[in-house]
Amino acid sequence: MATKVFMEALSPTMEEGRLVKWLKNEGDAVKSGEALAEVETDKAIMELVARGDGILRKRLINEGDTAPVGTLAGVIAAADENIDALVAGAGAPAAGAQAPAQVVAKTQESAGASSVPRGPDESQGEASTPPQEKVADVPPPARGLAPAAPTGAAPAAPGDVRSSPLARRLASERGLDLASVQGSGPNGRIIKRDIEAAAAAGAVARPAAAAAPSGPVIPREGDFHDEPLSQIRKTIAKRLGESIGPIPTFYLTAEYDLTRVMEMRKAMAELGDQFKVSVNDVLLKATAVALSQHPEVNAHWLGDKIRYHNRVHLGMAVATDEGLIVPVIWDADRKRMSDISREAKELAKRARERKLRPEEFTGSTFSVSNLGMFGIDQFTAIINPPEAAILAIGTSEEKLVVVNGEPVVRNRVRVTMSCDHRIIDGAVGAKFLQTLRRLIENPLMLVY
Amino acid sequence: MASFDVIFIGGGPAGYVGAIRAAQLGLNVAVVEREGLGGTCVIWGCIPAKALLEAAYIAEKLKKAPEFGVTPGEVKLDFGVAMKRSRAVSTQNSKGVEFLFKKNKITWIKGTAKLTGKNSVSVKTADGKEEKHDAKKAVVISTGSRVKGLPQIGLEINKKTVITSDDALILEKAPKSIVIVGCGAVGCEFADVFSAFGSQVTLVEVMPNILPLEDVDCSKEVERAFKKRKMDVLTSAKISNVKVGKDSVSMTIEAGGEKKEVKADVVLVAAGRAPNIEDIGLKEQGVQLTDRGFIKINERMETSVKGLYAIGDVAGPPMLAHKGEREGVVVAEVIAGQHPHFFDYTNVPGATYCHPEVASVGLTEQQCKDKKLDYKVGRFNFSANGRARTSGETEGFVKIIRGAKYGEILGAHIVGSHATELIHELIVARTNEYTVEEVDLAIHAHPTLSEAIAEASLDSLDKMIHA
Repeated sequence: MATKVFMEALSPTMEEGRLVKWLKNEGDAVKSGEALAEVETDKAIMELVARGDGILRKRLINEGDTAPVGTLAGVIAAADENIDALVAGAGAPAAGAQAPAQVVAKTQESAGASSVPRGPDESQGEASTPPQEKVADVPPPARGLAPAAPTGAAPAAPGDVRSSPLARRLASERGLDLASVQGSGPNGRIIKRDIEAAAAAGAVARPAAAAAPSGPVIPREGDFHDEPLSQIRKTIAKRLGESIGPIPTFYLTAEYDLTRVMEMRKAMAELGDQFKVSVNDVLLKATAVALSQHPEVNAHWLGDKIRYHNRVHLGMAVATDEGLIVPVIWDADRKRMSDISREAKELAKRARERKLRPEEFTGSTFSVSNLGMFGIDQFTAIINPPEAAILAIGTSEEKLVVVNGEPVVRNRVRVTMSCDHRIIDGAVGAKFLQTLRRLIENPLMLVY
Repeated sequence: MASFDVIFIGGGPAGYVGAIRAAQLGLNVAVVEREGLGGTCVIWGCIPAKALLEAAYIAEKLKKAPEFGVTPGEVKLDFGVAMKRSRAVSTQNSKGVEFLFKKNKITWIKGTAKLTGKNSVSVKTADGKEEKHDAKKAVVISTGSRVKGLPQIGLEINKKTVITSDDALILEKAPKSIVIVGCGAVGCEFADVFSAFGSQVTLVEVMPNILPLEDVDCSKEVERAFKKRKMDVLTSAKISNVKVGKDSVSMTIEAGGEKKEVKADVVLVAAGRAPNIEDIGLKEQGVQLTDRGFIKINERMETSVKGLYAIGDVAGPPMLAHKGEREGVVVAEVIAGQHPHFFDYTNVPGATYCHPEVASVGLTEQQCKDKKLDYKVGRFNFSANGRARTSGETEGFVKIIRGAKYGEILGAHIVGSHATELIHELIVARTNEYTVEEVDLAIHAHPTLSEAIAEASLDSLDKMIHA
């Protein structure tokens, strides 16, 4: 049976080789393992070695010529065997890397000292892809390691926390605080299995909240989770973006009854001045609680993915002499109304005095704008990117409304939510406003 | 009748290391051993085999000496001399263990032990007497394993024409021709030795590759080197029609679609070892075995009987001295009431000392594929390594398989000169969960073979320098 001799990848990076010298003539008998030719790679001069016994019937690459890896270089066959079909296929690199399996190479020490078999060749044939292909089929962005902390600058974990490099990478990707993980390696060193155990146990990065979170059970692993865009979300984003600008916005307006909010405020005020809260405070608290139940609205648009936040950091637009600024009430869903009230006042005051620290006006997951004090009935606010929506609150005023067929006077407020359609569809926004209605029209639900 | 804290049954690497550690922790320790301290490793395995391999290495190296400008006179090969030296090294090591026993006040009870209770053993001594001994804290079974023949295909061990590695280690002369059945570490090492001493060697392996536990790339590399040294390597082979004669053995071997008759002076059976579980009273004590006949243990090295422990070959694969040694340390610390780091069996290295050497830790590429892991391979050939060129030993490569995402070392494989020494950098890295970036970050001295490890790490990151 004939054996094809191919130009082989004699170094992991070799793409072509120059045939320096044939060591066998056409018609010479060759044995498996014998050197056939010298080939210059990008690194050294190596030998192509026959893998089959027979006569070197044909040499298909001229001395001095360069040929890509996989090119048929010659044919070994029995003296009387017809090799025309094999020779006819010469000139093009063989498909895949079937080629190297037929050929074995060995280095030739350039001093000509010894010829020692070289490593990879048979195994390349075995692996059926030469090494350079093995790495080349990976798209460039996937190369190198995950973008965890660069090793060189791997931060010494805070305090006395000892951890393995792999554990640090895993923790950084999962948002785990190493200080909260119990290590099981030598002297308490944190190793991979500890991170996996901690992740499985639902350990979270932030310290446990002092107050128990209100509202229904919501996944709390990490501060957020990213979800790659589905095809439908991609299409919605593209099509609607083309239609209306970078943020395809739509608006939902609802009017809420404030009767019970007013009753509650009155009852609280009667207990003493320290228990006074504004309508705005109640609306902020209600919005935060509603958001905690609707992470699909408490989200950021990140271009290639949507980040759903598990924590609610509520931005509140404040008008100052210089212009609009949006200070943030952190974890507003888990703060008491008194805290929200005090914090909102304090933040607004310091915003106007231009005394906000940077961390006090960054990091919001959702924003609220209130122009009620200016007597605006209703308005549309502009989304604060990358947030998914913003809630515009109008003035609260007495109105004549029909209740059970009777005209009655009620305190009402109009809210309008501007929604980024790339993240929120109409029904999703509407459901959020529904939840908000239940909370505002039944403020006792805020303590449920 | 004497009373100890711990009695080890078997003084091989598992038992003697466990005994020393236990003594260091303040326990009163005895070891029952019928042959010599050090067990198979020191007397019938690792140590004497490596002494012979060194002889083989010199013999092979001398063939190339003229290229280095050193032309020796007539080179005579005498296996008998090499064998005697190997026995001397073995004895020396065994005496070394005896010395360590004295130093640590460990009692060596010469004889064969049998459990009479979970805290007592009876020992039959060489002169036929029977003694009873108590172990207040624990008995540890470390009886090891032995070579098993292949009677099912007609290769019953007769110590003359059908031999085990034990017999091979005390041959006076290298046979003219030898068939080695089983191409694991033992088979390949003896092939190397006998080939160097002039035997015509035929290797027969039932699996598709020699060194079947290693990465296929490594197996292929060794196979090629062996073939180059004119050894016959038959894989995916089937033996039939065995005829054991007085001075030779003949058989039919079917491999690669061909059938051939092979006749040799000697057949070395290097396939498989069996755990020594017989006649130690396991059944009477209710000790459970695994499906494969090893003693079943938990991570504290405890058997199904509380207070009764088992370590080393008898407690399951991999049957390697260094695995047994570590189990000895763990069991000693458990018995002494400490809290040892339990044994991570995925980090036990493999080492084969034929030429080129093969060493590995972790998963092979095939295992990564089977587990559907997302991995990348980095590889560097010694043919491009300066130090390897200076010594004229450019066979082989370093292959590192890393996780695609985090860069952890899933597996590392080295074939080539000094591979069994080189692998330890990667064992330290893997055991401590370094990634390939930490390996590269360490500055590797130039020129060294170890540079190939740094380059293979870089290659896995597509950043190789000398590419």
